[in-house]
Amino acid sequence: MHELGVTESIAAICLKHAQRNNANRIIKVNVKLGDLAGIVDHYVSFYWDMVTKDTIAQGAELNFIKVPVVAYCRGCEEEFAVAEFDLTCPKCGEADTELVSGREFMVESIEIE
Amino acid sequence: MDVEVLEGIFDANEKIARENEALFREHGVLAVNLMASPGAGKTSLISATLDRLAGRAQAGVIEGDIASSVDAEKIRTHGVPVVQINTGGACHLDAVMIRQALEHIDLSPLDLLIIENVGNLVCPAEFKLGESMRAMILSVAEGHDKPLKYPLMFSESDVLVVNKTDLIGMGDFDMEELRGTVTRMNPDIVIFEVSCRTGEGIEAWTSWLVERIAEHKERARRA
Repeated sequence: MHELGVTESIAAICLKHAQRNNANRIIKVNVKLGDLAGIVDHYVSFYWDMVTKDTIAQGAELNFIKVPVVAYCRGCEEEFAVAEFDLTCPKCGEADTELVSGREFMVESIEIE
Repeated sequence: MDVEVLEGIFDANEKIARENEALFREHGVLAVNLMASPGAGKTSLISATLDRLAGRAQAGVIEGDIASSVDAEKIRTHGVPVVQINTGGACHLDAVMIRQALEHIDLSPLDLLIIENVGNLVCPAEFKLGESMRAMILSVAEGHDKPLKYPLMFSESDVLVVNKTDLIGMGDFDMEELRGTVTRMNPDIVIFEVSCRTGEGIEAWTSWLVERIAEHKERARRA
């Protein structure tokens, strides 16, 4: 719902790091996005062109690296893929589990010239 | 040239959230981020809780709304300090708004600070405020299928208060199904069933909250 603000944050982070590295242009941005982060990449991409217009990030490719939701079962000492947000271990049926990944939302790297 | 960035998109917010959290800890204040859809009963639950808390804990309230001070006026009648935040359109509170609100409230005499977030079952879950506890309300009228439709809020909350239990039986709401779904998504969540209208379950919730306040104070004292 607030993808516009989020897109502005991504652009600000990218521009800050680009300037630090004396870049003339940002070519590509790699964003890590967990399936449980609650961010719709489609909408972020939609705002991206608008937000980066007239900046050195204009025209930069916005690449999302999707991170699946994975949990760890303390009983089985094993990780498992979470489907439908169900944190119950599919092997032992217990819920003594913790989330390992899926909440990521970060600018991982940028490609500049 | 590739440049490694590794910067979280919510990092700026989370840095300020950590500062708020330190401030709450320093004053031994349990800060509760209360989230729910519009009309689930956030203000009603705060009112009912404040009535029960009288003489047991000193509470303060931060009211977050897109516009108006209707809720703050209601809460003020309970004789507790209230600060109103108007987000001016934003669909959630963030850590900076809380920091600004804290300039208008004295934390020293408080044991508990209830932060009523903007009515929304989506965005508030993504923004940390520096709270000690995340609480959410789901009302019976909203239906037992909401956890699967709004998973983040249910996954992130420490406690779920199911409100309007006096409406059970008037529709197809299934409490056992709700409990099952929520517990599978968030095994550690604590669930209370209340009706702010009849007062049912309010004492159990308030007593639990009083215990958490004592626990939090003890932890803050040791730190």
